[in-house]
Amino acid sequence: MIELIDVRKSFDGVEVLKGISTKFETGKVNLVIGSSGHGKSVMMKCMVGLLNPSSGNVFYDDRDFTNLEYSKLREVRKEIGMLFQGTALFDSLTVEENVEFTLNMFTDMTKAERRDRVDFCLEQVDMAGINSKFPAEISGGMKKRVGIARAIALDIKYLFCDEPNSGLDPVTSRLIDELLKQITEEFNITTIINTHDMKTVFDIGDDVIFIHKGSNEWSGKVKDIKGSGNEMLTNFIKASFFD
Amino acid sequence: MSFFYHFGKYLLFLKGMFSKPEKLSVYIDRTITEMNNIGVGSLAIVVIIAVFQGAVTTLQIAYQLISPLIAKPVIGSIVSDSSMLELAPTITCLVLAGKVGSHIASEIGTMRVSEQIDALEVMGINSSGYLVLPKIVAGLLMIPLLVVISIFLSNLGGIIAGEASGILTSEEYLQGARESFLPYNLFFALVKAFTYAFIITSVSAFQGYTTNGGALEVGASSTKAVVYSAVAILFSDYLLAQLML
Ligand SMILES: Nc1ncnc2c1ncn2[C@@H]1O[C@H](COP(=O)(O)OP(=O)(O)O)[C@@H](O)[C@H]1O
Ligand SMILES: [Mg+2]
Repeated sequence: MIELIDVRKSFDGVEVLKGISTKFETGKVNLVIGSSGHGKSVMMKCMVGLLNPSSGNVFYDDRDFTNLEYSKLREVRKEIGMLFQGTALFDSLTVEENVEFTLNMFTDMTKAERRDRVDFCLEQVDMAGINSKFPAEISGGMKKRVGIARAIALDIKYLFCDEPNSGLDPVTSRLIDELLKQITEEFNITTIINTHDMKTVFDIGDDVIFIHKGSNEWSGKVKDIKGSGNEMLTNFIKASFFD
Repeated sequence: MSFFYHFGKYLLFLKGMFSKPEKLSVYIDRTITEMNNIGVGSLAIVVIIAVFQGAVTTLQIAYQLISPLIAKPVIGSIVSDSSMLELAPTITCLVLAGKVGSHIASEIGTMRVSEQIDALEVMGINSSGYLVLPKIVAGLLMIPLLVVISIFLSNLGGIIAGEASGILTSEEYLQGARESFLPYNLFFALVKAFTYAFIITSVSAFQGYTTNGGALEVGASSTKAVVYSAVAILFSDYLLAQLML
């Protein structure tokens, strides 16, 4: 479980996150929705430590991530996997080396053990057999899958995905969505997905938080989202569909 | 003011590289790869520059010293001394600032704008240590070696030009070079080479690491890396000459 308590973030005096408090449950697909530019990515970066919140706290199962000493911080980081919007695969390394990266860096596994683990992770994302390809040689959807495989290489507890469907066709988007749900349930991890794709929300979402202008405008279960009675949220959902 | 701000950031960047390595063997592997990139990858250009620089210097010195009162070996001693003291280290490293520096800045800059550096940080890896330290160590090991090769080859170029133009024989050249050789001059050349190596790798890495934006900014960082390294090389060249000669 991850908990945010009154997290704020300003850039040059402009407050982008205006005090967000929320909880993300283990074993669930937690969705963060909202229009572009309203602070979803900044919130995620504050959670994983790529940005320091101006104030507030982020707890990973009762560990105060914002105030941990360096060695403890590293321990938490090993439990975090992240899928970046542009995948951020290391383009000088092969698919195998990308997935193997954290295993090589943080474990004492032998070469054979690492290979097995890489193959296992690639199978999980349905990408077995492309070990020796470079990121530039595979499609956008494949890159996302390899990005997921890299994120789950260590036994992670928390998985972050920033707009996993961006730049993908609708069919591939649904496959990635399903994959993320399946991984969340199979490994019982806390998954947090930033998205503005309402199809994702209704297909795989458990809990939802709606970020509007840097504030937690609404949060609740997916099934309650249509009857939320929140004007901003209703408008946001309406804008996503043609009917 | 802006200069001090950026210089301060540069110093903090250098300090940030040092933390306990996640795994030493990975760092050693990376250093060896970079030694290959920087050293072997630059050998051809260094060879060409050194030979021509020695040859041209010989012709030019001969042209300036037309007096029959001056013994021929003097040309050899002037060429070999100026190659060792200034031309080989400085010209070689200015060219390396262009070749190695722009490569380092664009490589790291691309990793920054495509969030690969963020990916390293999220994994719990000290990204500047992982990316930059092996490059600096490799530069410190390989660039002085390239400079030594350059000193040797510029003399070879001088000898070839002397013989080919009939200005002086190789015996005369070597006699002059030997008579004026001081071990201290070689030491001075190596001090320069180490200094320049550190400047090229660290300044370029800093430019790449602090890139902000997209592909256009990566290009701008790469240009800045070359310009700033070159200026810093020339400035430290003057400073070292003042301090050590
Ligand atoms: N590093 C930064 N410096 C300054 N402003 C930023 C930075 N990152 C994001 N912002 C601003 O914060 C706001 C929220 O951005 P973001 O979280 O990326 O939105 P999104 O919900 O689309 O992910 C935007 O107005 C953006 O311009
Ligand atoms: Mg975003």
